[in-house]
Amino acid sequence: MDVQRKLEILADAAKYDASCASSGTELRDSSDGKGLGSTAPGMGICHSYAPDGRCISLLKVLLTNACNYDCLYCVNRTSSNVPRARFTVDEVVKLTIDFYRRNYIEGLFLSSGIIRSADYTMEQVVSVARKLREEHHFRGYIHLKTIPEADDALIAEAGKYADRLSINIEMPSENSLAKLAPEKDVRAIRRTMGRLRLKLDEAEEAGKAVTKAKPPRFAPAGQSTQMIVGADAASDQTILHTSANLYGSYKLKRVYYSAFSPIPDASRALPLAPPPLVREHRLYQADWLMRFYGFDAGEIVDEAEGMLPLDIDPKLAWALRHRDRFPLNVATASREDLLRVPGFGTKAVDRIIATRRVTSIRLADLGRLHIPRNKALPFIVLSDHRPSPHLLDGVGLKERFRAKPAQLGFAF
Amino acid sequence: MHVITLDSETDFDGWRKAARALALNGVDPRGVTWTVRGNEPELFEAEPDTSLEETPGTFNVPAKFVELAKIAILHRNPERFALLYRLLWRLRSNHDLLEIATDPDVAEIGAMAKAVRRDEHKMHAFVRFREVGRESKSHFVAWFEPEHHIVELAAPFFARRFADMPWSILTPDLCAHWDGHAVAITPGVAKSEAPTEDRLEEVWRSYYASIFNPARLKVKAMQNEMPKKYWRNLPEASLIKPLIAEAERTTAAMVANAPTEPHKAQKRVEEDMPRKAASSSDSIAALRSEAADCRACPLWKNATQTVFGEGPSRAHIMLVGEQPGDKEDLAGKPFVGPAGQMLDRALEEAGIDRTKVYVTNAVKHFKFVPRGKIRLHQKPNTPEIKACRQWYERELASIKPDLVVAMGATAAQSVFGKITPINKSRGRLIETGEGTRALVTVHPSYLLRLPDEHARAREYERFVDDLKIAARFLRKAAHAA
Repeated sequence: MDVQRKLEILADAAKYDASCASSGTELRDSSDGKGLGSTAPGMGICHSYAPDGRCISLLKVLLTNACNYDCLYCVNRTSSNVPRARFTVDEVVKLTIDFYRRNYIEGLFLSSGIIRSADYTMEQVVSVARKLREEHHFRGYIHLKTIPEADDALIAEAGKYADRLSINIEMPSENSLAKLAPEKDVRAIRRTMGRLRLKLDEAEEAGKAVTKAKPPRFAPAGQSTQMIVGADAASDQTILHTSANLYGSYKLKRVYYSAFSPIPDASRALPLAPPPLVREHRLYQADWLMRFYGFDAGEIVDEAEGMLPLDIDPKLAWALRHRDRFPLNVATASREDLLRVPGFGTKAVDRIIATRRVTSIRLADLGRLHIPRNKALPFIVLSDHRPSPHLLDGVGLKERFRAKPAQLGFAF
Repeated sequence: MHVITLDSETDFDGWRKAARALALNGVDPRGVTWTVRGNEPELFEAEPDTSLEETPGTFNVPAKFVELAKIAILHRNPERFALLYRLLWRLRSNHDLLEIATDPDVAEIGAMAKAVRRDEHKMHAFVRFREVGRESKSHFVAWFEPEHHIVELAAPFFARRFADMPWSILTPDLCAHWDGHAVAITPGVAKSEAPTEDRLEEVWRSYYASIFNPARLKVKAMQNEMPKKYWRNLPEASLIKPLIAEAERTTAAMVANAPTEPHKAQKRVEEDMPRKAASSSDSIAALRSEAADCRACPLWKNATQTVFGEGPSRAHIMLVGEQPGDKEDLAGKPFVGPAGQMLDRALEEAGIDRTKVYVTNAVKHFKFVPRGKIRLHQKPNTPEIKACRQWYERELASIKPDLVVAMGATAAQSVFGKITPINKSRGRLIETGEGTRALVTVHPSYLLRLPDEHARAREYERFVDDLKIAARFLRKAAHAA
């Protein structure tokens, strides 16, 4: 089998992993004349976009799609009849360098089916990163999938070469995982996430100490995970509580939500349907509310419903449930309160706070602050605007925001 | 009317010099026309600007303005020089002007700078090198059409990234070249100068097609980030239309296709390397593995793992704490976090070797609520303490220590089987029957929480004193034996 055919099979096998970030790592470059590559400051670089709206930043492939596990939702499960392939270590290394030199990619995201044992699989994955770093002095971005329960020395080595490590939690609840992925063990996944966090903390603390020798390098871009949405019956409430737990426990940089999507040669046990893309989008918005807007996992979803509304965004839905807290005076409200106004992004709030020190904010200014008027106006008081008191009390307010049902675009 | 002619589209220094002189001469922005050499409207050609006097002196502007101006001046909008001068003019009377995000000039300059940055970012992303020549003689050449005057701005990124290969980026405005030592800028060229193919492009295209998931078509999201104007120079873009056209059919086929017979794989499964053996093969190891799956109360759900006791199976002293904390939950070992370090220090001062005592907790899962990136410790309640007490009892029966030290109220509740106030019971040996005695003291994390330094030192001394009672007891027991 030639490399191009292998690439087709092993990229196809890797595409259900949503993560493609290349941001948040240490700054490196090759201006010392030795080696190839650099990391991008700031938000990372997407070198292309596929028609599914997803960023193509890394060469995202599996080392092999042969797998001992039989996870029902997975295209690579052992009982599937998809064609199998396996890259040699050198093939992945060469592809990465060839693509990198042409500026197609920021680096490599390597994962693998579980073959032979956790340690054997992890060792194979690590040896690609080792070769890239040690022999080719590759300074680009590397994301490695961590195999739960792999030996500590292998995990330490993975962290030495990789910018980011990830382990997928896969399902929002332990029961779903046991049902859909019988060989996977959520306890083992969490224990390994815990081990990663201890190593991340250790590297971070050693980095702070001035006197000590250089700390062991360990995944400067941290760890992330992915949850599949819509393959089980878990509610959005459950999903967000699981995310909050994971963010708090393991200091994850990101939880990716991946709408369960039709796959070739699907299992009989899991009937296929179009992926719940709007739901996935709402979950990302809710995730942002937790991480950047000061919302608690427990207050985002209406407890009686258990699910996020699909027709309006979760912050607007929260505001409609808490009308007594509005309208808010933009001239005096705290940062925390401003962040809770529908249509106010973090940057808009920063601009409001800087601007209001110098001058008052008027209706005509909203456009220049990039705030959608229709969404924000019922909830705010400006120097020349006060919403009608009937508006906030009226039942028609929610109707006003209901958009025509349509799939929304979301880039990440 | 003053006419200022700059040397080039990106002549920031020229703009700065002229703007400074204009401002010092009090020239109103409405009285200035800005142009670039080679682009001057014919009208002005014979009208060199001589009316400005060399005015010595300088004035202050916010550093932020200079940064913003350096970027915004790269915008292709011919009005940018005038806009920048107008801002400079207004800044002299209002130093805080840039903070007013709602000011039309501030908003416009911000939008211009943002557009330039975005174009630079997209150039970093969408430049596609093609290899000319092979192996050691190869040279990588790209053709790119930037929206703004960003070639000089964007070039250093490529120099840092591709330091070990010679490359050229050709554009209609300017070209950038790297020879391994320095970036050289030359005039723009025609597209026909650039290579038209590369041996890897077929492989790259098949990657692009394979990584695309046809079941989640989001064409608008793609176009927002990768607008059509870039497509003509991206080798993969020729696939976009056919992939979109195929997507619906492919997805429908995936959903409609009857599942095939499950494939019976020939697995080759090997055992992982032997892990560090459990500390002993006795009943404590068996208890530990049994407790790993404990579901007696709901605390297991949110925790990482059961944190069981640790220490010699024939220890004379058993230390009991409240529950594992953040670090303990991650490591799976008791007393390894900040409270553990405090305990280690106190044990050492009391003359007790931690490796000779058995250390455990009354509750064996971490109880917490997540708050952003941290977890807030929560005190276990009575049902949780009761549910977990079986493990303490079984540890006790297995270790058979001479002395149990209960640290804190939760531990005391578990050890005595009832709520036991610490201050009334601490500092003395209490008979618990069956030949075991108990000693009550505070939990080391209580010491960590005391805000007052003096109180902390005093309470730490009392804690060490309590542990010394245990140490004396241990010595007596050893002596008696």
